Amino acid sequence: MSQGDFVRRMGSGGSAIYGAPNQWQRLHLDLPLLLLLLVLAGVGLFILYSASGQSLYYVNHQLVNYGVGFSVMIATAQLPPRLLDRWAFLPYCGGVLLLVAVLLFGVGAKGAQRWLEVGGFRFQPSEILKAAVPLMLASYLGQRSLPPRFKHVLSALVFIAIPPVLVILQPDLGTAILIAASGFFVLFLSGLGKRYLFSAVLAATAVLPLMWYYVLHDYQRQRILTMFDPQADKLGSGWNIIQSTIAIGSGGTQGKGWMLGTQSQLDFLPESHTDFIIAVLAEEFGLIGVTLLMGLYLLIMVRCIIICLRAQSMFGRLLAGSITLTFFVYVFVNMGMVSGILPVVGVPLPLVSYGGTSIVTLMLGFGMLTSVSTEKKRSS
Amino acid sequence: MFAITLLNLSIDDDTLQLPIDTGLRVQSQSMNEDRTIKNPQLEFRLYAGRLLFTFLVVLIMAGVLLWRYYHLQVVSHENFVTLSDRNRVLVEPLPPTRGLIYDRNGVLLADNRPSFNLSIVKERAGDIDGLLAELDKLIGITDAEKERFFKQLARRRRPYEPVPLKLNLDEREQGILAVNEYRLSGMDVTVQLLRYYPFGPELAHVLGYVGRINDQEIQELDPVRYSGTLVVGKTGLEKYYEDQLLGEVGYQTVETNARGRVMRQLDRTDPSPGQDLQLYLDSRLQHVAYESLGGERGAVVAIEVATGGVLAMASAPSFDANEFVTGIGTDSYNALLNSPDRPLFDRVLQGQYPPGSTVKPIYGIAALQSGTISQDYRIYDPGFYRLKNDKRKYRDWKKGGHGSKIYLQDAIIQSCDTFFYDVGVKMTVDTLSLYGTRFGLGQKTGLDMPSERAGIMPSRAWKRAAKGVAWYPGDTVNTSIGQGFTLATPIQLAVATSRIASRGEIRVPQLVRKQHGVPPPAGIIKVSENNWNYVHQAMQEVVHGLRGTAKVINKGLAYHIAGKTGTAQVIGIKQDEEYDAALVAKRNRDHALFIAFAPVENPRIAVSVLVENGEHGSSTAAPLARKLIDAYMEYYPESLPVESPDESR
Repeated sequence: MSQGDFVRRMGSGGSAIYGAPNQWQRLHLDLPLLLLLLVLAGVGLFILYSASGQSLYYVNHQLVNYGVGFSVMIATAQLPPRLLDRWAFLPYCGGVLLLVAVLLFGVGAKGAQRWLEVGGFRFQPSEILKAAVPLMLASYLGQRSLPPRFKHVLSALVFIAIPPVLVILQPDLGTAILIAASGFFVLFLSGLGKRYLFSAVLAATAVLPLMWYYVLHDYQRQRILTMFDPQADKLGSGWNIIQSTIAIGSGGTQGKGWMLGTQSQLDFLPESHTDFIIAVLAEEFGLIGVTLLMGLYLLIMVRCIIICLRAQSMFGRLLAGSITLTFFVYVFVNMGMVSGILPVVGVPLPLVSYGGTSIVTLMLGFGMLTSVSTEKKRSS
Repeated sequence: MFAITLLNLSIDDDTLQLPIDTGLRVQSQSMNEDRTIKNPQLEFRLYAGRLLFTFLVVLIMAGVLLWRYYHLQVVSHENFVTLSDRNRVLVEPLPPTRGLIYDRNGVLLADNRPSFNLSIVKERAGDIDGLLAELDKLIGITDAEKERFFKQLARRRRPYEPVPLKLNLDEREQGILAVNEYRLSGMDVTVQLLRYYPFGPELAHVLGYVGRINDQEIQELDPVRYSGTLVVGKTGLEKYYEDQLLGEVGYQTVETNARGRVMRQLDRTDPSPGQDLQLYLDSRLQHVAYESLGGERGAVVAIEVATGGVLAMASAPSFDANEFVTGIGTDSYNALLNSPDRPLFDRVLQGQYPPGSTVKPIYGIAALQSGTISQDYRIYDPGFYRLKNDKRKYRDWKKGGHGSKIYLQDAIIQSCDTFFYDVGVKMTVDTLSLYGTRFGLGQKTGLDMPSERAGIMPSRAWKRAAKGVAWYPGDTVNTSIGQGFTLATPIQLAVATSRIASRGEIRVPQLVRKQHGVPPPAGIIKVSENNWNYVHQAMQEVVHGLRGTAKVINKGLAYHIAGKTGTAQVIGIKQDEEYDAALVAKRNRDHALFIAFAPVENPRIAVSVLVENGEHGSSTAAPLARKLIDAYMEYYPESLPVESPDESR
């Protein structure tokens, strides 16, 4: 094929997209974001195949998860931001009610009550709040003049506080913190005054010791202690961290090669296909692989921030900003806990770890982001 | 620069917004509602500043993460590689297969058989006590097994290593366990080669047995050679030839997963199996020897004259060595240990008895060869002997004596004590001791077995060292008929008989054949042919002569046996006191002895028999020798089929 042919083909292909009757144009998509997410999903499948011990079962199920996730994303993207703004209270209130229902009728395992079962279908209402809380706050604060005044900050704090408190009671501290964080991001981005931020830091410092004794459960305290000294409990909660750091460290710069990681392939690494999948990547592809993945995440972040800055309304900006930052918090917490600088909380690596719930929740967020990014097109 | 601008933007926003804020509030109050008039430009600047500030934070956090991964993957890389290899790579010893033991015709005497063992993997079991109780209900677990299990569980071991609980499951037990396997988590049935002795008690003393390595042996054994090996030779040939039988340990380097299961082999050095042993012993003759003892306590030894090879070596009562392989229970062991019949006691090598009259042919040779007497020397036997200047009567076994014209041959044939008292005193204890030692008395024969005892061949020096007193003439009298201090083991008597039979060839008795053919003798006892003929003839007459003490066994003999009976006193008989067998309890009766070789013209087999408390060598011991020699003559009608039995395997 000559270069001329190639150019011609590209040209005709391009015209096919842009010249086609407005099906494509009418569809609200952010192509750079979509492409980056597809690349991430591809990388995820690639690692999962190795991490699950060459299991096509997991790969097929994850493909379905991605399918559902991207469908949810595209569907959500079609909703105009104004509509999201107007009905923002609906998922929030619904979510809070479901959280109450979880406390009353929930099912669960290992002493935690996190699930609702309806007609044999199980789901975790706390996941809904991960999207509903930033939506609610963006809607609330977006209508106010910024920076928010005292009473608005107060109401916003109440909105932020209710779901995490209900989630802590389940108990699920990790999710509660993530939900609260997504709300705080909205508040922060809305230009919350320095005095508030300062007092928030003070309050947090005061509350932390109290949390240690009154809110944290034994196993949670254990996890935090384990972070500082994993050798203290080698076969208990320290095991995961010891094995994941061995996996990461033994990977070196270039890694042991795909499907050749001994730590993961020989089952020394627990939860290698879910929360600890980054250790598999680090073992088999080394620091190069980790850096490339981090680069991919940062590229997604950059694209999201461009969307944030281009957003037409303050609601859109706040919502998009919160979703973007929460996404990175997931990445940071996961990579931090697997490498032993953060306590082990059940946070999956976004779009790479196996599991439908997390993928769908994240893609719901990216759907709303896309909706915000195409707001301009809508208004024109 | 850009970052600093961003920071300024975000940090200064409070001061920036202050005047505007106030203005807006006034406006909102005047409009009397929450929704204030927005200032989109300012709000965007505020938002953008915050957003870019957080992005900076994001970059810093990403940097922290990458620093952490860099630290793990580059700085501490080597350390983690070691940890990762230690995780997955395990060096496993491959125990060698123990060498087998065959008899001279290739019959397997010590075999390795697959044994089904029940083991427990503690990590998978959870509730150990519950599991043991359940297994006890199903197949029965003894306290000894439990005790051994917990002892081994306490030793250092790697995770998921199975700990044996019950060895050698029978088919019924295997079946029960297979059916219940699904609910007995942590249970593991493995196959392992275990020693098996098909001949059981017949050969228990010869072969000995292997048993589990105990705490004391662990200290002494080479930990490398014995890694993976569970047992060690405890007694008998298994102990003596432990080094050859063991073989060399092999290794395999394997990759294991987190649960300790071997996933793949990385490399392997095969173990080399232990050497097989081929014995001179014939299992058929051993069977005859052991069976002939019946319920008696005693020992029978047969030696191949030409080689010194042991043809049969039985000690009764015996025990089943197989019980010791899997670990004998404390109760059974104590029963064996405390039995008055002492079944664990190897009478052949460790039983020291007064040899009695069986030494007479040796001392006869001594008397002739030392020139003390000639073949023409004769005495009158009144039934007793008296030392000069001593009133004490040393009695002959025959009341009233053997009469006049007793030559050396008569003295051997009729076992005349008086003759030997007289000649013994004449040639002194020094000559007795010299010849006794030449024929192997008072020293270990050197048989390839552990724990042989030396017996006693008394001498002046010996008595001074052992008793601290001088040698008395009376001691010589007692010694000259194999009583007094003299003690000999049945193997020593067989060796001495073999030396008589071979006309002085000194051969160290051997159980294991180390080379083919016949090695040259280690030495020769110098005795004239004439004297050998004289003594052989006398011993033949013991069996075949009209007055021979062992003539009871000559019925239907198709060949000639030379022999000598003996009686060993268990309790001392006082001066002038009659020995009344009927009044003496069975345990205090005399031991019966008999030595023999055959055929006289070309001696091939030498035998010694001891029956504890059998009273008379002639009636109790001699028939056993006849049975054994008969069997030998039947199996080996031609002389010496010793050559290369290896092919018969």
